[in-house]
Amino acid sequence: MSAMTASGALHRIVAAQAAYARCIDDSGGEGWADFFEDDCLYVVTTAENHQQGLQAGLVYADSKGMLKDRIAALNEANIYERHNYRHILGQPLISRVEGDLVWAETAFIVARIMRTGETSLFATGRYIDCYRIGSDHVLLRERKVVCDSNRIDTLLALPL
Amino acid sequence: MTAIGAPPISPFADKQGYSQAPYALFQSEDIYAHEQATIFQGRSWNYLCLEAELAASGDYVATHAGDTPVIVVRAEDGFLYAFENRCAHRGALLALDSRGNAKDFTCVYHAWTHSLQGDLVGVAFKDGIGGKGGMDPSFCMANRGPRKMRIATVHGLVFGTFANDIASIEDYIGEEVLSRIERVLGGKQPKIIGRFTQDLPNNWKLYFENVKDSYHASILHLFFTTFEINRLSQKGGILVSEDGGNHVSYSAIDPALAQSTEYTEQNIRSQSEFGLNDPSLLDGADEFGDGVTLQILSVFPGFVLQQIQNAIAIRQILPRAVDRTDLHWTYIGFEDDSPELLRARLKQGNLVGPAGYVSMEDGCVGGFVQRGIAGASGHSSVIEMGGVTAESSESRVTEAAIRGFWKAYRRETGL
Repeated sequence: MSAMTASGALHRIVAAQAAYARCIDDSGGEGWADFFEDDCLYVVTTAENHQQGLQAGLVYADSKGMLKDRIAALNEANIYERHNYRHILGQPLISRVEGDLVWAETAFIVARIMRTGETSLFATGRYIDCYRIGSDHVLLRERKVVCDSNRIDTLLALPL
Repeated sequence: MTAIGAPPISPFADKQGYSQAPYALFQSEDIYAHEQATIFQGRSWNYLCLEAELAASGDYVATHAGDTPVIVVRAEDGFLYAFENRCAHRGALLALDSRGNAKDFTCVYHAWTHSLQGDLVGVAFKDGIGGKGGMDPSFCMANRGPRKMRIATVHGLVFGTFANDIASIEDYIGEEVLSRIERVLGGKQPKIIGRFTQDLPNNWKLYFENVKDSYHASILHLFFTTFEINRLSQKGGILVSEDGGNHVSYSAIDPALAQSTEYTEQNIRSQSEFGLNDPSLLDGADEFGDGVTLQILSVFPGFVLQQIQNAIAIRQILPRAVDRTDLHWTYIGFEDDSPELLRARLKQGNLVGPAGYVSMEDGCVGGFVQRGIAGASGHSSVIEMGGVTAESSESRVTEAAIRGFWKAYRRETGL
């Protein structure tokens, strides 16, 4: 892809993120790993940890294989009450474009709908991302899910 | 100070036993208040923080002992102090951040100043202005400060108590359990790598029971079995402290098998259709050199030290309401960790916490009980696996450590 502009990247990322949210919210995360490069980093953490440079995450995956394993574990091994998310994503802020790499930040709000019907505001925060964008792909090289609150409701099963 | 009113009527059917827990214990406001007075503000050592969080003079952590907000701080004299996070004047919080560094604690409301040792040392406009106003001449600042806790540090863990008539922290924990804390933390400089707070939708005791419950592990948590991760964990056991309140559950690689050259491969062998795509999740080191892959340790009433392979964490259990509990996780490594070991800790962190492959169920099951017992306050749970006593055991198919908890609970609450 020839010199990518920030607005060109924005358009591609918005579309990719809409598909990402739909994958989790409406397809139970099946195929979620395919939004990432093979050699990727996906971390769910809090704003406080992020700010203090503390590296541990609630989820920490440094390969696409680990992301596939997460969904497989949810489907085959882990026991939890049935629930769904609904992601509402903000407008991505493109912070840097370098070759085919694009750094972006996107605010999110996730509601959780339990099997009982109870709907709650589960998490707010921002994705701090690095995308690799080609003519036929928009893939996450790195996604840090930085939750605003340091408090997480008892179960974080589906990915954010 | 302590809860007002007479102690609640005991819901226990008998005078001595601890092989059943009446469900009313998880539902009653009166019992909750009684626990605060007799346990958390009574004769118990409450885990407060890590000494590593209080390196410099003025470093403080604002936490809780049960419901009670407390400040733990390193004062100018180099010693640690803890006292209620409550202004001597009208009771407002003194520290408004979870941690930080302070020269003193001055209340934002009327600027009453407290030293790092918790003494009231200044009252704004004490003598009034221009000879008018000011405190009554009889007012004396001495002994007016917030209540102080006694502090004890063991292997870098800071505990505090409001009681005077309590055993030393070493005797309270007991030699056997203490040696297992030393195994993980002894002589090491912990380094915090993450902090998370998990909201549990249940009474604090249901979580503490779960921690002490070695019977459920292979039944509720199916991650290891589903992915056929053969951990060769042949031996293990439960240690229950003499007084009942503290415990260790552990499992270890059989040393004979661990020496086999095939061990490394077998450790992460995955042959089923559900094999892990990336088994490096479990790559790590036998950092304590004893083949113990899992050690869960608890100290009454709210401390847990977890070692699952190289994932080490401290969990502080804080009751918030009858049916609500905060679980504060502090993930740690050590200052001398190699980059590879740190990476192993970060990856194995996937096993624990609210998203943990082997512990996400623990965060939910307490809520299942809390909801399940809603109409059953006159009934009790059954805690008879492995007998009715609270003794150490080589089998982990036992509820002995849970009975130990109830033994300590009944002694301290008098219920």
